[in-house]
Amino acid sequence: MKRVRHTASGILVPLAAIAFWQLLSSMGWVNATILPSPMRVLIKWWAYLRPLEVFDPAQGSYLKWCLSGELPQDAMGSLYRVLVGFFIGGGLALPLGLAMGYSRLVYGLFNPLIQVLRPIPPIAYIPLSILWFGLGNPPAVFLISIGAFFPVLMNTVAGVQNVDSIYLRVGRNLGASRFTQFTRIILPAATPYIFTGARIGMGTAFIVVIVSEMIAVNNGLGYRILEAREYLWSDKIIAGMFTIGLLGLGIDTVMSRLSSYLLKWHRGLEQG
Amino acid sequence: MTGTANHISVQGVHKIFQSGDQDIHALRAIDLEITHGEFVCLLGPSGCGKSTLLNAVAGFSLPSSGTITVDGAAITEPGPDRGMVFQEYALFPWMTVEQNIAFGLQIKGAAKGTILAKVDELLALLNLREFRRRYPKDLSGGMRQRVAIARVLAIDSPIMLMDEPFGALDALTRRNLQDELLRLWTELGKTILFVTHSIEEALYLADRTVVMTYRPGTIKRELTIDLPRPRDVASPPFNLLKKELSELLMEEQDRHVQDEFRGVAVN
Ligand SMILES: Nc1ncnc2c1ncn2[C@@H]1O[C@H](COP(=O)(O)OP(=O)(O)O)[C@@H](O)[C@H]1O
Ligand SMILES: [Mg+2]
Repeated sequence: MKRVRHTASGILVPLAAIAFWQLLSSMGWVNATILPSPMRVLIKWWAYLRPLEVFDPAQGSYLKWCLSGELPQDAMGSLYRVLVGFFIGGGLALPLGLAMGYSRLVYGLFNPLIQVLRPIPPIAYIPLSILWFGLGNPPAVFLISIGAFFPVLMNTVAGVQNVDSIYLRVGRNLGASRFTQFTRIILPAATPYIFTGARIGMGTAFIVVIVSEMIAVNNGLGYRILEAREYLWSDKIIAGMFTIGLLGLGIDTVMSRLSSYLLKWHRGLEQG
Repeated sequence: MTGTANHISVQGVHKIFQSGDQDIHALRAIDLEITHGEFVCLLGPSGCGKSTLLNAVAGFSLPSSGTITVDGAAITEPGPDRGMVFQEYALFPWMTVEQNIAFGLQIKGAAKGTILAKVDELLALLNLREFRRRYPKDLSGGMRQRVAIARVLAIDSPIMLMDEPFGALDALTRRNLQDELLRLWTELGKTILFVTHSIEEALYLADRTVVMTYRPGTIKRELTIDLPRPRDVASPPFNLLKKELSELLMEEQDRHVQDEFRGVAVN
């Protein structure tokens, strides 16, 4: 009952916003090219989403047909770049972060460079990325990797450095080797931080993918809304934006579900 | 359990901490002999160096001078022959109860079957069977401390070092665990060095209580407690000893309080 009331109150404001938006259009207060009505956005959304051909079993499976529309193709393109970039950036950041957190020497060697590079927004790498990688997926993936790299790195370093020393003392007391200390104590103790870093990194990767598609790639959700602007298709722009929003929400939900599943032992700041 | 040769031997131990530009003489000229199977309590007000002495025996923080030997061998580092139980439990929160208990045996490289059997035995011994798959966050303080004790028992250390292990527990749980500890001690024949600031706890548990002084930490008095176990905390001899220890301790507590008033950094 409480849950139902919660959901009900949760859709109140969005419904009011849509009603207000519809009112603006219906009363003719705003030009339809500038702000199309919600109904028109919805219709365009469906047209953007649905398959262009009729279903033909000879062409492949039903699922493939379902995803053959422009929007699913764009979304998959964007998602693909996000994932590849995230795994490259995060995959490089994780071992470096572990090493920097564990060893003062490695930290001392890398930290100055990291501190200089970190404040450069990934977007500032666009000219260089095009110069180096041309157009298409490679520069986009490069930019996304940079976006994912720093959040994962910084959080991993903090995670390792903040391992409560009492756990290390228990490990030494039980006779753990340095290797066992690292794999069975430091690494699991740092995972809450690492997952936080991964979640932030994923969020950054998602922002960067949209930007990079506006510049270097000719498909994907970011490309599509920029293309729609050239034809003054504001309904498609808005449909694309909502798609981006929903996809981002989906990714974040998956990340947070995954981390609360893997961290079911964790309970925030208290310690066991 | 020969009871003849000294098991743990602390000789002329000093510990000086540098704190800013000031030296803190945490331990001064400590001599302490503990025999096999003995239950010794270190008693004193907070800040008198009990943890420092225990950590030195554990090998976490070696003395500035003097020697500590176990069965004649000098201590240079922590080791599984001296299992430690902390006041904060210090269970690994990412491991279940059984994984926590098994950890020390895995480090030793014991066979899977051996580990399983030992874990089962300890779960039974400490009444933890129903909790084996729980994570520490889902256990009460008393349960957590049982797991921490089981974790140390798993590696079969002949010596158990305990730093105010029951200090954070409520009175009933505390008494309950004290009884369990005495039962385990009798059954397993461990040597126990137990830190507490509770007079009653020391009198209830120990064969011998070592009272420490505050700043510098020295041994003020050693008191052998001959009362038969289980001890009756309401009996006249118990209360007589309690009064004696209270007086000794109050003098140290007063110095501690005066120090605090003078603004000397404490802890
Ligand atoms: N690492 C340290 N650095 C500086 N001073 C310390 C350190 N550890 C303990 N001390 C000081 O040594 C004294 C004894 O501390 P401790 O052994 O923890 O006392 P207890 O366990 O009896 O409460 C205290 O005055 C404390 O402030
Ligand atoms: Mg202490």
